Amino acid sequence: MTGYIIKRSLGAVPVLLALSVFVFLLMHLAPGDPVQLLLPESATDEDIAAARAAWGLDRPLVMQYFDYLQGAVRGDLGRSMVFGEPVLGLILERLPATAELAFLGILLGIIAAIPLGVCSASRHDTVLDHLGTTAALLGISMPHFWLGIMMILVFGGVLRVLPVSGRVDFGVPVTPVTGFYLLDGIIAGNLPAFWSALRHAILPAVTLGTSVVGLLTRITRSSVLEVIGEDYVLVARSKGLSGRVVVWKHALRNALIPIITVLGLQVGAVLSGSIIVETVFAWPGMGSFLVQAVSMRDYRLVQGIVFFYATAYVVIHLVVDMLYAVVDPRVHR
Amino acid sequence: MEIPVITRRRRAHVKTAIGASILAVVVLCAVLAPVLSPRDPLRQSLRDSLRPPLAREDGRPTYMLGSDNLGRDVLSRLLSGSRVSVTVGLVTVTVAAIIGCVLGALAGFYGGYVDYVLSKVAEMFLALPFLLLGIAVMAFMGSSLLNLVLVLVVRQWVQYFRVVRAEVMALREREFVTAARAIGARPSRIMFRHILPNCMASIIVIGTFAMATVILSEASLSFLGLGVPPSIPTWGSMLSEGRSYIYRAWWLTVFPGLAIFATVLGINLLGDGLRDRWDPKLKNES
Repeated sequence: MTGYIIKRSLGAVPVLLALSVFVFLLMHLAPGDPVQLLLPESATDEDIAAARAAWGLDRPLVMQYFDYLQGAVRGDLGRSMVFGEPVLGLILERLPATAELAFLGILLGIIAAIPLGVCSASRHDTVLDHLGTTAALLGISMPHFWLGIMMILVFGGVLRVLPVSGRVDFGVPVTPVTGFYLLDGIIAGNLPAFWSALRHAILPAVTLGTSVVGLLTRITRSSVLEVIGEDYVLVARSKGLSGRVVVWKHALRNALIPIITVLGLQVGAVLSGSIIVETVFAWPGMGSFLVQAVSMRDYRLVQGIVFFYATAYVVIHLVVDMLYAVVDPRVHR
Repeated sequence: MEIPVITRRRRAHVKTAIGASILAVVVLCAVLAPVLSPRDPLRQSLRDSLRPPLAREDGRPTYMLGSDNLGRDVLSRLLSGSRVSVTVGLVTVTVAAIIGCVLGALAGFYGGYVDYVLSKVAEMFLALPFLLLGIAVMAFMGSSLLNLVLVLVVRQWVQYFRVVRAEVMALREREFVTAARAIGARPSRIMFRHILPNCMASIIVIGTFAMATVILSEASLSFLGLGVPPSIPTWGSMLSEGRSYIYRAWWLTVFPGLAIFATVLGINLLGDGLRDRWDPKLKNES
């Protein structure tokens, strides 16, 4: 077990190194001189030369890379050109918003997909099954940013029942403790803040959730279908257990392993999805911040956010892989 | 409980037919866009800005799907956008398939060190979040059709690689390969003339699903303003522009989204149908 964990962790090292090379080279991919990208357009030739020396950009590329890597390992991702503050701090400020949204999205996805998949499988080839598989197909084919926009149109424009942007209503005081507004509302006993945050979270979370539902429903259905023909399910049935107990306790439990794997991989997809969903709903998280940084041409910031996001993605995959080994001892051969 | 094979096969036929028809319509729209477009998709007419679909007004033209804030015809722009989606989709899928299949065949055929290195590289590509890297590359390199295709290919080739590698590994031990070897065929000939054609079914199925993914990704990047240059209308960029007028002009966001949704749905249906018919073992791959 420990051996497996160490082996997998070491396996992530080259990926992270490749990632750092890629992110470092981004600055050099851009047409033109990186110094000019980093300085305001009014910079004179002396400014440029001074900056080049100050940032070590006059040194060989390989040395520059090691400087960058050294900084990154210590959490120094440089300074934002627009905000003038350390990039990491700016990112961490927005991390809770993204984490909250991602958590809610995944939660909603699970709540919808598992029952849908199990029902589809246990009533194989009935109207319900067809409804389930159709829903999954629609979910997979749906452009989620469009779904979000359509929900803004319906719930914000036509019905006017839900807020469509931001995390809380203007003027509602929130005392940030954890940065997770829902949690903060509960901790402070601040019901209006909690309610406002919850209402704001509904549409983005549902949008993000639907991006998980399609694939998760399909996997749940096919893995339950796979175990439902096994002998122990037949035994459970012949013992006289009700169909519900057989499906939900005996079949689902053994079908969970592939479901957990896909769910884990979906966490990464949700991180990517959050970039677009946050942009659609003006959700002040890392994703919308990245898009903002791109449009402001704050290259250091873009570089930093990309590095942070991608590292998070790799680490999450790693953790999922390890959990998978814990759940299913057959994995670490 | 078990569905009769006949029913299952018929169902696959229906799926394939519906999916192929939708895709055919989209491809036809893309090819015939200049003929079908009622107007120049780029021509502005500020007097006709934000006209609702089919709205009639004396002396002014009627727009079937409405006009946008600059008075450009939504239908013509949709048709023009289909060209971008179809082109990017086909080019990306083809290039990715070629790269993935060649590398997959090499890894599967030679095994050993070649396989180890290529598999590690593929694994690495899978471990990275694509949309994010796409955003990063497009943000730094600037938006162009070439950069867009490049970014998408980088993500897509791995899928072909994995499947082709596995199939080639299984096929290389078969008698027909031994026979080809015995008559003195060169390795490249064995790989590309004898083995790869046997993987065609899987490659086509993967390609179909990949096309759906590519079109969605292209739309996402265009939506963020990072796809093709802004002067070319695409479904994603139309959606993003229409967002500012969402309450005043629903047609600017509804139609481009429907176009993406219908196209991707059609391709996924086609993929499902083809897979059920040819290659049920791929079920868990996509």
